[in-house]
Amino acid sequence: MNLKNPKILIPQIITVISLISVIAYFAFNAQVNMGNRGISFGYGFLSQEASFDIGFSLIDYDGSMSYARAFLVGLLNTLLVSVIGIFFATLIGVTVGIGRLSSNYLIAKTAEIYVEIFRNIPLLLQLFFWYYAALRALPLPENAINIFDVSYLTVKGWYVPKFIWTNFSVFLISILASIIAIIFVVKYAKKKREEIGQHVPTFSISFGILILFPLITFLVGGVTLNFQIPVLSQMTTTVFNFKGGVSIIPELISLAIALSMYTATFIAENVRAGILGVTKGQKEAAASIGLTKSQILKLVVMPQALRIIIPPTTNQYLNLTKNSSLAAAIAYPDIVLVFAGTALMQTGRAVEIISITMGTYLLISLSISMFMNWYNKSVAIKEK
Amino acid sequence: MNNFNILKPNKENLNSFILIGTFFITLSFIDIFSNTFLDLNITGFLPNFLSYFSPLIIGVFGLHLIRIEYSGNKFLDRINSSINSNFFNSVLTLFIIFVLIKYIPPILNWFIFDADFAGSTKQDCTSEGACWVFVKVWLKRFMYGMYPDAEQWRINIAFLILFVSIGFIFLLPQKFKKYIILYLLFIYPIIALNLISGGVFGLKWIETGAWGGLSLTLIVSAFALIFCFPVGMFLAMGRRSDLPAIRYCSIGFIELWRGVPLITVLFMSAVMFPMFLPDGTFMDKLMRVIIAITLFEAAYMAEVIRGGLQALPRGQYDAGKSLGMGYWRLHFLIILPQALKLVIPGIANTFLALVKDTPLIFVVGLLELAGMIGLAKTNPKWLGMAAEGYVFAGLVFWVICYAMSRYSQNLEKKLSTER
Amino acid sequence: MIKSLKNMILIGIASLALVACSQQGGGGNSKKSKTLENTKKAGFVKCGVSQGLPGFSNADASGNWTGIDVDVCRAVAAAVLGDADKVKYTPLSAKERFTALTSGEIDILSRNTTWTLSRDADIGLTFVGVNFYDGQGFMVRKNSGIDSVKDFKSGISACTNTGTTTELNMRDFFNSNNISYEPIAFEKADEVVQAYDAGRCDTYTTDKSGLAAQRTKMSNPDEHKVLPETISKEPLGPVVRQGDSVWEDIVRWSLNVMIEAEEYGVDSSNASSLKDSENPQIKRLVGTEGELGAAFGLDNEWSLRIIEQVGNYGEIYEKHIASTGIMPDRGPNELWTKGGILYVAPAR
Repeated sequence: MNLKNPKILIPQIITVISLISVIAYFAFNAQVNMGNRGISFGYGFLSQEASFDIGFSLIDYDGSMSYARAFLVGLLNTLLVSVIGIFFATLIGVTVGIGRLSSNYLIAKTAEIYVEIFRNIPLLLQLFFWYYAALRALPLPENAINIFDVSYLTVKGWYVPKFIWTNFSVFLISILASIIAIIFVVKYAKKKREEIGQHVPTFSISFGILILFPLITFLVGGVTLNFQIPVLSQMTTTVFNFKGGVSIIPELISLAIALSMYTATFIAENVRAGILGVTKGQKEAAASIGLTKSQILKLVVMPQALRIIIPPTTNQYLNLTKNSSLAAAIAYPDIVLVFAGTALMQTGRAVEIISITMGTYLLISLSISMFMNWYNKSVAIKEK
Repeated sequence: MNNFNILKPNKENLNSFILIGTFFITLSFIDIFSNTFLDLNITGFLPNFLSYFSPLIIGVFGLHLIRIEYSGNKFLDRINSSINSNFFNSVLTLFIIFVLIKYIPPILNWFIFDADFAGSTKQDCTSEGACWVFVKVWLKRFMYGMYPDAEQWRINIAFLILFVSIGFIFLLPQKFKKYIILYLLFIYPIIALNLISGGVFGLKWIETGAWGGLSLTLIVSAFALIFCFPVGMFLAMGRRSDLPAIRYCSIGFIELWRGVPLITVLFMSAVMFPMFLPDGTFMDKLMRVIIAITLFEAAYMAEVIRGGLQALPRGQYDAGKSLGMGYWRLHFLIILPQALKLVIPGIANTFLALVKDTPLIFVVGLLELAGMIGLAKTNPKWLGMAAEGYVFAGLVFWVICYAMSRYSQNLEKKLSTER
Repeated sequence: MIKSLKNMILIGIASLALVACSQQGGGGNSKKSKTLENTKKAGFVKCGVSQGLPGFSNADASGNWTGIDVDVCRAVAAAVLGDADKVKYTPLSAKERFTALTSGEIDILSRNTTWTLSRDADIGLTFVGVNFYDGQGFMVRKNSGIDSVKDFKSGISACTNTGTTTELNMRDFFNSNNISYEPIAFEKADEVVQAYDAGRCDTYTTDKSGLAAQRTKMSNPDEHKVLPETISKEPLGPVVRQGDSVWEDIVRWSLNVMIEAEEYGVDSSNASSLKDSENPQIKRLVGTEGELGAAFGLDNEWSLRIIEQVGNYGEIYEKHIASTGIMPDRGPNELWTKGGILYVAPAR
């Protein structure tokens, strides 16, 4: 390609010039407008005191901390609801996806109806339904729904026992150690299977290790676990509340439910497409060498199906994370509500705050995209 | 009666097993029916946990008894291969059936049988069921927002023209389709805009703040779709271009809009964008929102169209070039018609996602259907109608989206056989 | 050669952009008021109001707006355009209210906004007066057994609007009293009311006028009561953009003449008949003495129109807040001569 060719050069120059002039025009206007109003542009406000509290936070936070800290709280809340949503969406999605392929007519039909219903109603409406209609109908603390006397469901939240650890770090190390041990076991089993065809029961061994190592820390590592069970306490004549334990706010619960059920429909379709995408010949060949149905599923179908399932599913995970921004519509303190909502209204610094918020989401989606590209390359079928 | 082991059904004693199995199954059904409709607990003498699950236990046992492979009875075989093939399946089957029996009647009651349809105030909703009076009274507002009653015919006409034009696309021969599409892209928006906002030809001026309800949802979706299409096309072509500057600009643009949630884009358009305009000018909020949504969806559309462009065999490009066609001629006459046809399902999906995303505009103060329902449910005269309102909205959206997804699935099937 | 040409062009573009970015914004306006000119050209005053707060700015079923905030805009319209009804109302959420003002979408923000230092000095806006002195309070259920804020115990959950001074004041209050609380903040006032009504939070806090107004939207208004304590100062008033001092003055003095009219006993019914009054200040208010209007570029009957078409402060308060039952007792919103704190500079 001849770079000196004007036909190639000129369109590029025009594009670049127009882009820069558009950006310059916007920047210039913004400068003029802000000068007129006496507003200054700068990110220094991030170190100012926030002066507002946040109702739900994973880390220590109160109003005397900076806006930057408030941003961090919002970010952690976003990640929290995204992780919970992804976990349950995958669980429900895989179940429904496999269910759609079941030979049981009822199960297949039920799965299909689930997908068709929850896929075609906007997520916002589903969220409104769960939050305003379903969870608002829960009873007050004094009439809480009692789950085996350790956990209570009320309109103010779901109160669960608080885990009180001593020597938690030891427990954590044991989990890490068990994971490493499992990796070695899996490698060993794979080697044995490829060399001499011996089948090592990896699942049971891994399970055993996962249970055994942490258990040992309880016995000899000095790790103890106590539970603080929420207790109903009376604040005034009619106002009750639960003291102790951890409260999971209904905003978080409804957002997690809505996100999971909505995204699960897409994941279910992906799973179904993936399993159907494995050519029939594979299953027949596996059956002809004497593998049982569950072995076929585990050893032949799933690995190939995963290759088809994972890229669009990762896309759905990304969508779920972005959809968690709907928290702004109900009072769940995620990034959008805390930072692009409260902080924006208190400081008035629209340009800075929205650019930071959009930048954060951009960072998250770009990282997931890069991970996806790497995964695609690594599992691409290396054809001869 | 040889080999009669109650726990191991076999073919020899077929009839007796069928008899006993059916007896148990019928018993379980009687149990669940009496529980649900007659409030009578047949198995009340058992401890709480067992009696709650008794229909399931009895039914599963009965199904186990009739699980005889290759019995020779066609009906039995069909059942056994489908819903009764193993223990797990039978449990699930019965579970689903019983859940349906237990919960569908109350839901139906709420929806239809106990619901109130007649009346005009909240006081007319006396029964336990849904208060559809609420929906009936507010229907005009849900459909048209705050648009004055007298002028609503204008919105109706605008949409009628749209549907008729779309209908023409399918009926007219190939030659005229181009013109209809050009008309839809360029002329119709101007007509519709003037019709709905007024100010010309003696029509009363209705400011965009008054637009709302389902008509606003459809207006925003229609405009966004019409405009995101060409923008997406150019972006897709730009991304596949050989010129690095254009390619990187396109990639940057697409990744930027795809990486952020729509809610932040809407906030940007409502709160940040006015700063970027010269002092004194300001753009109507609805227009800002439509531009924001258009650019957002254009990025997704660009990826869909790019998929189509990539799927075309290189031979097409080469053939066009060998005929001496330039870049634009090549794309408009040869590449794009084929690529677009390939990705019509993808385009339909994007449009579906667009319609499902429009309720979000209520966060910037534009009251489309979900926003109108929020307004209605806090009206002091109609408190407590949240469930009816959102169920209604859910139904409306579900009908629209389901119809569109069915249509696009049919389209996919039709087009895939063509190739 | 082409490569260096390309480079030169790129450098040229970059420097142009740098120059554009480094340029400081234009200064304030000259003595003429651009906003006034635009308003006269458009034929209506662009007024930003709330999304429905009875007593302050509320629309009825046919779209007519009423309230004391609405009346501020109507007064400006009467003064500037001659007709109090020539106003376009834009309902705004708490989030967009300031941006709508700074961007020019509205020219007056009359939305029960609290006058604070940061809002006045930091975001390019100017508060031009107070049309309602209020304070923040708490609402609880009557049967809750809470009779005063001293009865609040740790663990209480409080609902409020996000991005408002109430959110900050609530924090200050609970912290200074060492009560640990759970804040739940919604963006729309209606959502806050609903959450409190459903029992999601134990108390609802906002300006006391807001509490009174929103109580009408609850399922059982009689079940709730407002606690007697006031935990903050909330002077509510209209806001305009910084940089247009003439427009500022017009709005400020439109509000002031309404209050001063009540001080001198001039109301909508007797304003024209008082044109020959003995009292020179009354004569100034009804426009028969002095050239006060010229200071803003208006004619001399500007204040007469305001009083006649909108009314004096007492009439406004009575119509929207007292007779609707929201706050029958004027409290601090009474003239200084009658024990309140409404004391405005004289219009002369």
